[in-house]
Amino acid sequence: MFVLITGLLLGGTYALIAMGLNLQYGVARIMNLANGEMLVAGGFAAFWVFTAGQVSPVAALMVVAPVAFAVNWLIYRFMLRPLVTRAKTRGALEVDSILATFGLSFAMVGVMTWAFGGGYFNYAYLSERVDIFGSSYGQNRVVAFALATLIAVALWLWLNHTRAGLRLRAVSVNPDAARLVGIDVPAVSALAFGLGGAVTATGGALISMFFTLDASVGVLFTMKALIIVIMGGVGDIRGTVVAALILGIAETFVARVIDPGLTLAAAYVLFLGVLLFRPQGLFGKKPT
Amino acid sequence: MKRRTLMATAAALAFGLAGVTAASAQETIKLGAAAPLSGPLAGGAAVTHWPAVKLWVHQVNERGGLKLAGGQATIELVEYDDQTNPQQAIQAAQRMATQDNVDFMVSPYSTGLNLAAAPIFAQLGYPQITGTAVTNQQPELAAQFPSMFFVLGRTGVMAEDTAKVLVDLRDKGEIGNRVALVNVADAFGIEMVGISRGVLEAAGFEIVYETSYPLGTQDLAPVIDGAKASNPDAFIAWSYPGDTFALTDQAIVQKFEPKVFFTAVATAFPGYGARFGANAEGVMGMGGVNPDDPAFKAFAEAHVALNGQGPDYWASAATYATLEILGQAIEATGTKDRAVVMEYLKDRSNSYETILGPVQFNENNDNERYWTVGQWQNGVFKGVAARGRDGAAPIQLKQGWQ
Repeated sequence: MFVLITGLLLGGTYALIAMGLNLQYGVARIMNLANGEMLVAGGFAAFWVFTAGQVSPVAALMVVAPVAFAVNWLIYRFMLRPLVTRAKTRGALEVDSILATFGLSFAMVGVMTWAFGGGYFNYAYLSERVDIFGSSYGQNRVVAFALATLIAVALWLWLNHTRAGLRLRAVSVNPDAARLVGIDVPAVSALAFGLGGAVTATGGALISMFFTLDASVGVLFTMKALIIVIMGGVGDIRGTVVAALILGIAETFVARVIDPGLTLAAAYVLFLGVLLFRPQGLFGKKPT
Repeated sequence: MKRRTLMATAAALAFGLAGVTAASAQETIKLGAAAPLSGPLAGGAAVTHWPAVKLWVHQVNERGGLKLAGGQATIELVEYDDQTNPQQAIQAAQRMATQDNVDFMVSPYSTGLNLAAAPIFAQLGYPQITGTAVTNQQPELAAQFPSMFFVLGRTGVMAEDTAKVLVDLRDKGEIGNRVALVNVADAFGIEMVGISRGVLEAAGFEIVYETSYPLGTQDLAPVIDGAKASNPDAFIAWSYPGDTFALTDQAIVQKFEPKVFFTAVATAFPGYGARFGANAEGVMGMGGVNPDDPAFKAFAEAHVALNGQGPDYWASAATYATLEILGQAIEATGTKDRAVVMEYLKDRSNSYETILGPVQFNENNDNERYWTVGQWQNGVFKGVAARGRDGAAPIQLKQGWQ
C-alpha cells in the first residue's frame, strides 16, 4: 500500500512535469527544451510570493498560471512563430525549435541566476504528515497530486468535449488539414503553447513545495518530461498521465522492494520497452 | 548533424556568457577565479565559494591591498563560470593564465573540479590552495601535483570521525548497535560509505539497512521507509544538497526518529537551519565550526554585511582561509612572482594565521587540523568532533521531530 500510494504521488508529480510539454509538442509541434526552466521559474515565483508575502503556493497559482500563459504566448508569437512559417517540413521545424528552445533554456537560467542568485531554494509549506492507510505522507505531495488530477481531468474534458478542444485536437492530428476546414492554426498553436507553459509553471509552483530547486536544475525536469511524453504518446493527455503514473509506481516499487539505486534503470527499461514495442507511445496512433 | 549543431550552439553561448572585467591603473595583483555560476554545483558555490572569495578581495582592497616590496597592490578579480564542467574548468584556467595573464588563481569549487584542474594548475605553475576539496588521496596528489594544497581535510578522517561519534555514544550506553547507511551514488557517496561501513563494522556495529540512490533524486520516501523499517539507532546519509533536504523532510513526514540523524553536504548551510527550524536541532552533518571563536564571528558578520547572507558552517571559512594563506605567502615574499610564492608555500615550516586558526601544511601539502563532524544546537551548526581544533561542543542525542 505504501509503495502504491507513494508511487501515485510521485506519478502525480511526473504528470505535472510532463502535461505542459505534451500540449506544446503535441499541438504546437514545438519540442520545448526550455520546459524545465519554465517549471523552475514557476517554482521560483511560488517561493518568492511565499517568502515575501506568506501567500500559499496554491493561491499563488492564480497569478502564476496567467502570467506564465502570457509569457509563453508571447514566446510563441515572437520567437517560435517565425520558425514555424519558415520551416518546410515538420522535421525541419523540430530541429529549429530544439535549437531555439535550447538557447532559450540558457537565457532563462541566466535570467533566473541574475534575479535570484545561484543558491538553493526551498520553503516549508504543508510539510506536515497526513496518514493514509497507516502510513504517513507529506501533505504538500497529496495536495500536489490532487491538483494534478484536477488539471488533468479539466484538460481532458476541455480537449474532448468543447469546440476549442476539438480545434486543438484537429491541429494536433494534422495542421494542414485543420487549416482546410477553417481552423486558425497559428492562433490555436499559440493558445496550446501558452496553455502548456501555464500548466508547466503551475507544476513548478506545486513541486516547489517539496523540492529543493536552483536556477540550473531545469534540465532534469526536461529529461523526465521528454521520456513521459514519448512514452504516453504525443498529443494525448490521457497517455501522459498514465505514463507518469506507471513511471511513478514502477520507480517507487523498484526503490522500495529491489534497490533505490535502480530507479533510473527501471525508468529507462520501461522507456526502451515502449520504444521497442509501441514506438508511437502507449496511447499514440500509428502514423498513416 | 543535429547533435553537432547543438554543441556548436552551446559552445557559442558559453563563450558569450563568460564575462571579463576591465583593467585599472594602480599596481594590482590579478586574481583569476573560475567556479560554477551555472550547472549542478552552482547552488553550493553560491553559498560557499563566491561570497567568501568576494569578501576576501573586498577586505584586502579596503585596507589598501597586499604589501609587496614596492608598495601596496590591490586585487583585481577576474571571474569565469566553469558551468560545473571539468573541461570548462580546465579551459578557464588556461584562458586566465594565457589571455588574462592573472598573477594567481583561486582554486575551483568542489573536489571533482579541483581534481580536474590540478594538472593545468601544476603545468602553468599556479599554486592551487583548495578549500572545498575533500579526498583521501592527498599523498598521491601532492606527489603528482606539488602545487596542490589541501585545507578542508580528508574524507577518510571525516568518515572515521563520524563513525567514532557513534562508537562514543554506544560506549556511553546512549545508543545501540544498529546503523542505517545510505549514500548518493556518485564518487563522493561511494567513497564515504565504503570507509564508514568499514569503520562501523570493525567497531562491532550492525548495518541493518544499506542502500544508494541516483544523483539528483529527491523522491526519497522509499529510502526513508526502508531505513525506518530496519529500526536503526543511527541514520547516516552521505548525501548532496537536494537529497539532504529531501531526506530530512521525508524523515519528518514519516516520523522516522533515530537517535542519531546524520546528513552530509548542505547540513552545514544556514539554509538548512532556516528551512527546518526547531526540527534541525540535533541533526548532525559534515564539517562544523567553533561559532564562539571571535575570528569566525567577525568573518560571519562581514560575510553578511557584504553578501547579504551568512557563511555556511564548514567550507566557507576554509575557502576564505585559502585566500588568507595565499595573501600571507605573497606578503611574506613581497612579490607577485609565482615561483617565489610557490617556494614559500612549499616550505613546510611556514605557518599561516587564518580564521580557522593556525594552518600548516605537512609533507603531503595537507592541513591536519580541521572540523570533521558538526551538529545543529540552538540554531547554530557547531563542531562536535575535530582534529587539532579546540572548542568542540558536547554531542546531543536527536530528539523526535516536532
